[in-house]
Amino acid sequence: MTLTLDAPRIFQTKPLLSVDNVSKSYGAVHALRDVSAIAYPGEVLGIVGESGSGKSTLLRMMNLEEIPDKGRYTLDLPDVSGNLFDLDRFARRMLCATRIGIVYQNPHLGLLMKHSSSGNVAERLLVAGERSFATLRAKATTALEASEFPLERLDAPPIELSGGMQQRVQLAKAIALEPALLLLDEPTTGLDVSVQALVLDTLKRLQQDRQITMVIVSHDLGVIRTLADRVMVMRRGEVVEAGLADQIFQDPQHAYTQQLVHAKL
Amino acid sequence: MTLKTLTKPWEAMSYGFLDGSAKREMRRKMLKSVAVPGCQMPYASREVPMARGWGTGGLQVSLTLVNPETRVKVIDQGADDSVNAASIRRFIARVAGTPTTMDTLKADLIQSRHRIPEEVLSEDQILVLQVPNPEPLRPVQPNMSIARQMHADADYGRMWLQLYEQIVRSGRVMQGASYPSLVNGRHVMTPSPIPRWDVPKLHMAKHLTILSAGREKRIYAVPPFTRVEPLVFSDVPYKVEDHAKLTCHRSGATGFFMNEIPQDDGSSTHEVSDSEWGVKAIRVRDGEKVALGETWYKDGEMPQ
Ligand SMILES: Nc1ncnc2c1ncn2[C@@H]1O[C@H](COP(=O)(O)OP(=O)(O)OP(=O)(O)O)[C@@H](O)[C@H]1O
Ligand SMILES: [Mg+2]
Repeated sequence: MTLTLDAPRIFQTKPLLSVDNVSKSYGAVHALRDVSAIAYPGEVLGIVGESGSGKSTLLRMMNLEEIPDKGRYTLDLPDVSGNLFDLDRFARRMLCATRIGIVYQNPHLGLLMKHSSSGNVAERLLVAGERSFATLRAKATTALEASEFPLERLDAPPIELSGGMQQRVQLAKAIALEPALLLLDEPTTGLDVSVQALVLDTLKRLQQDRQITMVIVSHDLGVIRTLADRVMVMRRGEVVEAGLADQIFQDPQHAYTQQLVHAKL
Repeated sequence: MTLKTLTKPWEAMSYGFLDGSAKREMRRKMLKSVAVPGCQMPYASREVPMARGWGTGGLQVSLTLVNPETRVKVIDQGADDSVNAASIRRFIARVAGTPTTMDTLKADLIQSRHRIPEEVLSEDQILVLQVPNPEPLRPVQPNMSIARQMHADADYGRMWLQLYEQIVRSGRVMQGASYPSLVNGRHVMTPSPIPRWDVPKLHMAKHLTILSAGREKRIYAVPPFTRVEPLVFSDVPYKVEDHAKLTCHRSGATGFFMNEIPQDDGSSTHEVSDSEWGVKAIRVRDGEKVALGETWYKDGEMPQ
């Protein structure tokens, strides 16, 4: 009997997301310098780094809100090909609306504060072309329920909600169209520790249930450790170290990473 | 040869008040707006001897389109005899020597504020609507340059969201006049403040409609046989005003758009808003022979 061994899964699958050698300067500030990143399907990529290291900038680029000075960005999805930075505005908007979800650190960036919470989620569906009121309502409710939003506040405007609830509305909006990629920019910063734990729980459950590929940015190593499979450490617009989460946390190579890990422990 | 023979005799003003270059601008922008149905075209809006906001946009279109044979009808909220309508009609007749009429069937050009006549317009008629606010996105996007980009991208999610919010808050769509409508499946326009009752009249109509906002300097058009679809959810039907069962207390006509007239005792009676249609109904009742046109609504229903 001959035993054939398959190559490890990681060598068989192509990364869902790959960013190659992206650079961006704002005048004299080099926000990103030759940054590359990959994330495999269903995986969580964590990005840590000090304030101003370019984490949010990178995430904005992954959401195609901003175009870098140079670099490539590809998503391995049906009907999506080529360097996404080359797409025209219209194609970019459709791709973002239907395939990518984002949760911003500041809910004001992601939500219409005076519209109803369900309306905020419904907007996504409307952009994608849903025109039945009953379906909109049902799908918005489902998404809010999945992000563990209290359904009795369904039609309350986010401005009347607590920070944790606002993040849940953002999350519901981001997952409403079942995106292939979910981007999270400091989703728990500014929440108190118990609420933070609840939101993390929700994220973890979502990740397990839906197998969404996630990129999560945080300066909090604890958050990254809880969620991420793969970690990227950034400093001053450059990637100083990248690898599997266990590897980075157990055996950091770069001096800056060692400092970070030890400071945390 | 003298200079005198080469120049035109002195005139107090150009034919139709507007000078040649103003009319050329209007014509070009009208052609553009017909070419891209529902798309707002900016234009150089001229001064006319009337305050902005009183129909200067519509007036400039009318003055450009008329010739001495064009029979002109002007209505304001459905009435031919309101001060504003009468003044505009008299002005056009005076500067362009056009015949005027109140009869919808006899008019070649109808300038209107807030209404479309009840009788069906034909291929050779033009409807000019006066528009105060041409931008349907204004309530959802106060920044006009972003709004223009949204039109370019056909990015109308916010427009739909507004309807969603109205249904969530009030159980129904609250938008009354100026109901946002999709033209030719591409551009959302505001059909000027005509009531919801009148919007279906624009859909696949035989006549050309030109909408012009003089203060905002925007012109757009619905060419003949163009789809005009009010934005509605597939499961929340479009509703026109509840006027189908109302009867006009003067003419006895039923099934048309009515004006409500409050009475001393707190009740109210109604009167046909299209005044000329009311007059015709009264004359028919009194036994006169009057040519009645086909109406858009039949027994208070718009046939599909
Ligand atoms: N639109 C912009 N214009 C000018 N400079 C910018 C802009 N966006 C980002 N930067 C600069 O780029 C650098 C990286 O910013 P970025 O927001 O990506 O940092 P960050 O890692 O997210 O930091 P934080 O943890 O504080 O959120 C900073 O120096 C910032 O000042
Ligand atoms: Mg940031």
